[in-house]
Amino acid sequence: MAAAFSRERVDGSAVAVGMVMLIVLVLALAGAANAVDPAFRTHSFMFAIAATLGLGGLLTWHELSERQPRFDRTYYEEGIVKAGIAATMFWGIAGFVVGLIIALQLTFPNLFYFPELGWTNFGRLRPLHTSAVIFAFGGNALIATSFYVVQRTCRTRLVGGIWPWFVFWGYNLFIVIAATGYLMGVTQSKEYAEPEWYADIWLTIVWVTYLAVFVGTILRRKEPHIYVANWFYLAFIVTIALLHLVNNLSIPVSFAGSKSISVFSGVQSALIQWWYGHNAVGFFLTAGFLAIMYYFIPKRIDRPVWSYRLSIVHFWSLIFIYIWAGPHHLHYTALPQWAQTLGMTFSIMLWMPSWGGMINGLMTLSGAWDKLRTDPVVRMLVVSVAFYGMATFEGPVMSVREVNALSHYTDWGIGHVHSGALGWVGFVTFGALYCMTQWVWKRNRLYSNALVEWHFWIATIGIVLYITSMWVSGIMEGLMWRAYNQFGFLEYSFIETVSAKHISYIIRALGGGLYLTGALIMVYNLVRTARGDVPAEERRKLRASPAVQPAE
Amino acid sequence: MATRQSKLFNKHKLFEKHTFILLIGILVVVAIGGLIEIVPLFYLKNTIEKVEGMRPYTPLELAGQNIYVREGCNVCHSQMIRPLRDEVERYGHYSLAAESMYDHPFQWGSKRTGPDLARVGGKYSDDWHKDHLINPRALVPESIMPPYAFLAGRPVDLSTIQDQMRTLQFEGVPYTTPMIDSALDDAAAQAGGDYDIDAMRKPYDVIAGRAGSVPVRNFDGETGEPTELDALIAYLQMLGTLVDFKTYEADDLSNQR
Repeated sequence: MAAAFSRERVDGSAVAVGMVMLIVLVLALAGAANAVDPAFRTHSFMFAIAATLGLGGLLTWHELSERQPRFDRTYYEEGIVKAGIAATMFWGIAGFVVGLIIALQLTFPNLFYFPELGWTNFGRLRPLHTSAVIFAFGGNALIATSFYVVQRTCRTRLVGGIWPWFVFWGYNLFIVIAATGYLMGVTQSKEYAEPEWYADIWLTIVWVTYLAVFVGTILRRKEPHIYVANWFYLAFIVTIALLHLVNNLSIPVSFAGSKSISVFSGVQSALIQWWYGHNAVGFFLTAGFLAIMYYFIPKRIDRPVWSYRLSIVHFWSLIFIYIWAGPHHLHYTALPQWAQTLGMTFSIMLWMPSWGGMINGLMTLSGAWDKLRTDPVVRMLVVSVAFYGMATFEGPVMSVREVNALSHYTDWGIGHVHSGALGWVGFVTFGALYCMTQWVWKRNRLYSNALVEWHFWIATIGIVLYITSMWVSGIMEGLMWRAYNQFGFLEYSFIETVSAKHISYIIRALGGGLYLTGALIMVYNLVRTARGDVPAEERRKLRASPAVQPAE
Repeated sequence: MATRQSKLFNKHKLFEKHTFILLIGILVVVAIGGLIEIVPLFYLKNTIEKVEGMRPYTPLELAGQNIYVREGCNVCHSQMIRPLRDEVERYGHYSLAAESMYDHPFQWGSKRTGPDLARVGGKYSDDWHKDHLINPRALVPESIMPPYAFLAGRPVDLSTIQDQMRTLQFEGVPYTTPMIDSALDDAAAQAGGDYDIDAMRKPYDVIAGRAGSVPVRNFDGETGEPTELDALIAYLQMLGTLVDFKTYEADDLSNQR
């Protein structure tokens, strides 16, 4: 044992991470002992278990890697990318399943609500769905792809020894804490920023580590230039840190309790929340995934990015303009009108950099359009960019005050979000997963291209059903709310607008179910690819065909 | 032209070759919009003014708001009436900034899967709310709202309500120390317990500037200590009732700033 811990074999980063785990363990045990509410006690125990598992994992890793070179700089760190792919698949399926459940709850309330099980109600499951798909599925995809991309574009291994693994596990611990919190009713009620103060502090620690690992890797690059995808990843990481810190400023009611009080109230908290909320879309779901586009599309089709200059203009204008757009979530509210007008103006301007990015992505296919026919993964990536273009046109339209008067509070907003989320974020992630699985497991092909075709078409039909049904129900309810009869009275009661949406809700659930089915096909395909399986018919073909003869 | 342009784009190498210059550039560019839009809201009169009638939540109402937040009611119900003809006719006077000044954070919502609740206070009877929360479809057959039967009979947890009021006081909500000290009795009093009702009401009426700003009764109709149903109904029944719009004049010069 003493030899096992000989000084030169103990890794410095592992010691530091171990210290963090110890501190977490002590704080968690103290929290569990003094907890003032059951949810905080449960979460304290979860933190304690996670820290113990982390310490155990570190010791095991120390033993196992005793006689091998650790963090060999002549190799890329592939393990964390593989773990990230698995986590992305897992959380994707989990998030889509919860989405389907809550869609069914709104469609068939008598079948999908359970009066004595409060934690299964829509109000608790909806944040579970949004967090699972945005932060768990999307976040793991961003961490995995950013670690994959930054190593290759900088031609160097990730820095920080074991710290990247701290980012991966720490981030997923945050997800578990957040998700179980919603089920127990722990929430700040701020959309997409629901987790309470202790989860927020933990995420801050993880996120700063993520930034340090990412910046450290760029600093050690063997290329003179920082590749464009990395600008987008960097903007995503630092801006999310800024938004998260400001929007979550709150004072805990007790340091041993789950409840905290936001330091902002009323109209100030509303604008800060939507400054955060819209830029969670802008920097998490856009800048981060544009980085995926800027690496994986050129790489998959073996062509350079269409325009270097467009990427410069696109990058700076996108991040400058996006941050102003938040107030379009607060049209006609008690927010001063000048702020609403600024929000609307910049939202309309945002159309240009958004389409600049779309054009740069699509035109990268110049001279390789045939790949759309031959490679279904390329088609998935390209259609994702097309959905990006569609959603970023629809967004500015909806940000116009007069349009927003109709669309706000309705299902149109839900439809808009999902054309971006299912079409853009989902498809570009699926495309990147197909690429990375094949590449990091070093397979010369995917298990089955035919299954990618099935995934593509089933999911595409699902998206079309989803967004069209939400357009119909959203515009319909918006018009019904404001309809007057011939005597000058409101034509419809509220509940009439609810029952009118029933058919749309059935179609929406069907669309979501198809999208989930497609994702399950992908998971099967990726698992078989990672295992190195070859489809039976391919094997038969290989066996049947005589060896190729060299030409005379 | 072409050469001047390429010279300009050449300068971008500064960002591409220096990690920290790129990092600082990003931070500066993303800080501008937020600062210009957010900072003035802490100074402008119409976002920080106090309107007559506004008072902080009573302990029971605050506990009710906690349940509202815990159950995610804000996910489907807005509390923000826009100044549009149909909304004002359907829900009541459009919402003022001051009406959410004591909400940490705001509960405006972003979706109306159910109707707006900004002025639901007093619209329905306590019994209606009770039956509707327990089984929405018993009263409204087409409703798609979840059932909240588990709130009935479950004692409301007031163990941290004083700490919560203290935190709010620290953040600027005008609770006084006596109000916090008597919070537990006040909660029981408001739910129809055998307590000094006038002593409970007085400090809240003083801040509101009028008598009778606190509805006091047995909200869930059951004897015994206050339940979660009591707290939630107490909260719902005061929503939007504080500002008296018979005397509030939107066209008054002081409201036109």
